[in-house]
Amino acid sequence: MLQSLLLLVGLWVFFGIVGLPTRRDSRLVARVLFPLGALVSLIFAVLAGSFLISGQAPQGMILPLGLPDLPFHLRLDALSAFFLLVLGLVSAGISIFSAGYFRAGKGTAPGLMGLQYHVFLASMAIVILADDAYLFMVAWETMALSSYFLVTSEHRIPEIRRAGFLYLLMAHVGAICILLSFGVLQGGSWQFTFGAMRGASLTPFWATTAFVLALLGFGAKAGLVPLHVWLPEAHPAAPSPVSAMMSGLMLKTAVYGMLRVSFDLLHVRFWQWGVLVLALGLFSALYGAIFAAVQADMKRLLAFSSIENIGIIFTGIGLSIVFETCNMHLFAALALSAALIHSLNHALFKSLLFLTTGSVLHATSHRSLGKLGGLIRRMPWVASFALVGTLAIAGLPPLNGFVSEWLLLQSFLFTPEIPHAFANMFIPLGAAVLALTAALAAYVMMKFYGIVFLGQPREDSLAEAHDANWLERLGLAWLALGCILIGVAPQIALRPAASVTDKLLGHSVNTSSIWRIAPISPQQASYSGMVLLAGIVGVVGIAFLLVRLIAHGRMRRVPPWDCGYQWQTSRMQDTAEGFGQPIRHIFATFFHMERDLPSPSDTSPQYRIYIEDRVWRAIYLPIARTTQKVADLVGGLQGGRLSIYLLYSFFTLIVLLVFVL
Amino acid sequence: MTAHAYTVPILNLLAACLLLISFAMLSRRRTQRLVTLFAWQGTILFLSTCLVAYSSGLREIYYSAALTLLLKVIGLPLILHRLIYRLGAQWDSETVVNIPLTMLVGLVLVIFAFGLAQPISMMATTITRNTLGIALAVILLSFLMMITRRKAVTQVIGFLAMENGLFFAATSATYGMPMVVELGIALDLLVGVFILGLFFFQIREQFESLDLSNLESLKED
Amino acid sequence: MRDITVVRQFGEVVLAIAIAPLFVGWIAQCRAWMQNRSAPLLRQTYRMLRKLFDKDAAMAATASPLFRTTPYILFGTMVLAAAIIPSLATDLPFAHAADAIALIGLFATARVFLSLAAMDIGTAFGTMGARREMMVGFLAEPALLMVLFNAFLLYGSTALPSLVDGYRAHPTVIDPSAIFAAVAFVMVLLAENARIPIDNPATHLELTMIHEAALLEYSARHLALLEWASGLKLFNYACIGFALFLPWGIATNGADSGTALLISIAALLAKLVVAGAALALVESLSAKLRIFRAPEFLAMAFLLAVLGLLVHLLLGTKLA
Repeated sequence: MLQSLLLLVGLWVFFGIVGLPTRRDSRLVARVLFPLGALVSLIFAVLAGSFLISGQAPQGMILPLGLPDLPFHLRLDALSAFFLLVLGLVSAGISIFSAGYFRAGKGTAPGLMGLQYHVFLASMAIVILADDAYLFMVAWETMALSSYFLVTSEHRIPEIRRAGFLYLLMAHVGAICILLSFGVLQGGSWQFTFGAMRGASLTPFWATTAFVLALLGFGAKAGLVPLHVWLPEAHPAAPSPVSAMMSGLMLKTAVYGMLRVSFDLLHVRFWQWGVLVLALGLFSALYGAIFAAVQADMKRLLAFSSIENIGIIFTGIGLSIVFETCNMHLFAALALSAALIHSLNHALFKSLLFLTTGSVLHATSHRSLGKLGGLIRRMPWVASFALVGTLAIAGLPPLNGFVSEWLLLQSFLFTPEIPHAFANMFIPLGAAVLALTAALAAYVMMKFYGIVFLGQPREDSLAEAHDANWLERLGLAWLALGCILIGVAPQIALRPAASVTDKLLGHSVNTSSIWRIAPISPQQASYSGMVLLAGIVGVVGIAFLLVRLIAHGRMRRVPPWDCGYQWQTSRMQDTAEGFGQPIRHIFATFFHMERDLPSPSDTSPQYRIYIEDRVWRAIYLPIARTTQKVADLVGGLQGGRLSIYLLYSFFTLIVLLVFVL
Repeated sequence: MTAHAYTVPILNLLAACLLLISFAMLSRRRTQRLVTLFAWQGTILFLSTCLVAYSSGLREIYYSAALTLLLKVIGLPLILHRLIYRLGAQWDSETVVNIPLTMLVGLVLVIFAFGLAQPISMMATTITRNTLGIALAVILLSFLMMITRRKAVTQVIGFLAMENGLFFAATSATYGMPMVVELGIALDLLVGVFILGLFFFQIREQFESLDLSNLESLKED
Repeated sequence: MRDITVVRQFGEVVLAIAIAPLFVGWIAQCRAWMQNRSAPLLRQTYRMLRKLFDKDAAMAATASPLFRTTPYILFGTMVLAAAIIPSLATDLPFAHAADAIALIGLFATARVFLSLAAMDIGTAFGTMGARREMMVGFLAEPALLMVLFNAFLLYGSTALPSLVDGYRAHPTVIDPSAIFAAVAFVMVLLAENARIPIDNPATHLELTMIHEAALLEYSARHLALLEWASGLKLFNYACIGFALFLPWGIATNGADSGTALLISIAALLAKLVVAGAALALVESLSAKLRIFRAPEFLAMAFLLAVLGLLVHLLLGTKLA
């Protein structure tokens, strides 16, 4: 199985290289290579899924590559299979969409883009398969670099270069933390295989150090607040399929790494770790949701929503650690299942939504919400798929986003039983934060969908918008189907998640019934998306028939009611800023806001609002200033005169001689 | 034990109501409403003290209940109402208080108090021991109210509410303080309110307002 | 046995659909009495619905299919919720399709669809209504969840039938947390159902309305369905409240006789009469709040529910 997976990874790289010589001609890349890549993704998902379902023992492998004495170790177990499943399923949709999306333009040539894209995909797969720190870091860096090139594909725009730089910087800060964490984890054995790390025994202090370093490193990649600053810059800068890959899949590799370190490599855990992760997760979730609500750029909005969802996933992980350390294994399995399923769900609906923004961008060349509107009439296909994604990400039954949030809330119900004073009273409040976040997410996604697709077009040029082509539609449909299927039959996702928790924690939730999920027992709580969907559809159908039979279907089209004011234009609809106003008002303390309000006597009134992340001012700017100062000091060494440099070398030599001899 | 079958739940309910009133005080902006709430707090304190007296069979506690009724339900609210009327502060209300935020801070304080009280109440032997956490929470919340408000009358009410919390703590942990101490405290309270009332007239004459932020101008620069 | 539960399920849904407008009418009547107005007839709501069904629909020229299907979806979700909530009996085939948390989700689905439809036409008022409706929603949900947390701590379940059974097993408990939770629940009910003090169902004053602004573009049969759905929503909320706090008379597992059913219907009607009057009283006594005081109101509800939770942790004992 592992061999065939590796072969498929190799095929991705091969497709990327084949497309390279084609230069400006995008036909081969778009019509052949991307669909083939999608096919490979699909096979990949099937293989990973079958490994997971059959519950096989982990498979290891040593590749005779790499440095001498440091061969690459690979391993496939339940945890990696789950994330490979996510990777395969979602990348299939994105690749098909990309086949219709990428065309020759101002930016990077399609051939090069295809190479970067496929290398990015392959490196993510290797990150998940790696079984030693060396290969892991190589793949991790390849992933960071290939995605950096993809982000900066339109490198002629200065903002995009700036976003790319910030991304690369944060990626490397994170990578250093991960590297240090692995350094601690080997525990003095100087063996960097994961197998050796599993066997190493660490003192509580060093275990905590390793855990915190891993949390910093993977948190920076995942976009946990306050390490999230790169995310809302890089996601909008990248082409939409790349944003989809980064947000849907690359962030999940960080989740994978976090799970790998905390549940597999570390053999001890403390409940305080769980509380730390839980608090960070909840804060990120709330922060992301609040900031998403005030964005006026549709891709930035989705990027902040990614922070929110990552927060939810980390909340699940934290809760799981807390439960696990308190010997409440079943609830730990429940929380971890919720985190895993939410990873899958987020991968599905976030890539779906990013791809729809791609279609909208192609059709209208506007990214700002304030210039869109009414696209449901011009782009019915994209609008319907986006509606599925919107409802799913808003956490509404009977779609998939609700399933994972429901599972997480269910696990929160048991937090008052945690045997630590204060923790048993504070953590239940987390459920309220989670509920607030979920409801805010619904608000945010309403704003996204309502302003982009509903209402009247805010610009005249939108009348020429065209729907997506058939390849794009296929990709969107695949992802939308995933959202619906997991929502209606959550067992599809719950069973694989259960086999992961079985391996990691030794427990799994109850997955016996096909019709409904009842993780602990049906008396305690149960949910059936299938019945809900069937019920709604049934009642809607009957109600429609009855209304038509008993009443009538007469209808006339009239102009919209203008409330007596005849001069309404489409510009008088709520703008993105207007829609976010309640949030700005209620959560004002979160923002650093600058506003220019017009005075009543202005003949050409101007309104401008600038909203900034407080984190940026509070943490990043001081760090940047300090770094600049230190660099200036060090720069003083650079005299520019040759003899001075020679003097440095001379002193170094003397010092070395003194110490060595 | 059968006699206690209903006393403990009812006592718990009264304790919860006490906590609720403390939060209601935090959330009200109008000064006059606060006096009414303070009277209610006294009423509940009276009821709970009676209940404790009944279930423990200690006669002393009946006396302190009667004292509570006289002083905290009838006496002090009347004095405060008259004071507010004489000061012309009937329509006074606090202007800048972020109520939801204050409430959240209050919630954290309650959790803190409950967490602290849990080990202590394990040691106490009275039937009312569980309510010690609530008494502590009431004290902290009254403190919070005094910190967040700026009007002079509100400060006095906060001070009195804090005393209520202390009194409740005493009954719940040890079936009340010795009678002499209680009488002494009652007298202190009464005198304290009179003195503060005099102060208010002075403050108003000086600044033509009861806003304590004016006192900041007394600082020497 | 199986057939009986199916029949009962069907009967419960039909009853819910039939008496939901009556409940709304009853509240309107009580309000009128309390405010010294001459009260509308109880069947006034039914007449309204009939009139609306008879009229020709006037549909905005720019309306998309989403706008046209929303009334049906809203009605569908509310009927489905009525099928899940144990208002008469606990052993219903639909009862395990969703627990109380999933029911909140179902209501959220309805709210999102209504708000989307309100944004569809693209008039200023529709969007304003959508925005405010969602705002009240996101403020109310944490409070409602904490109420359910309380119920879970008391009886170890969030499935409404199990909660009813749990309560019936320990009927005489006075738990402070239940009282706190009940008050919080009523506050959430008022907010979620567009009642005073958050919204006024009887006004169409442009700048203050929330729910009515979202319905502004609907007419005739679509409006009728939406009005019916909001009646059903109120009825459903009342029934959730009964299941959580006053589950007297609900036929539990094993009680299959006709008398149990009759008792449960009589109990439901009696509870609705009292609850309607009480709601009308609360509405008559309070003034409508400014829109940005709504967070304070719902923060109070949240706080009450959390206090209930904490008080339970400190004082209470677990029953189930």
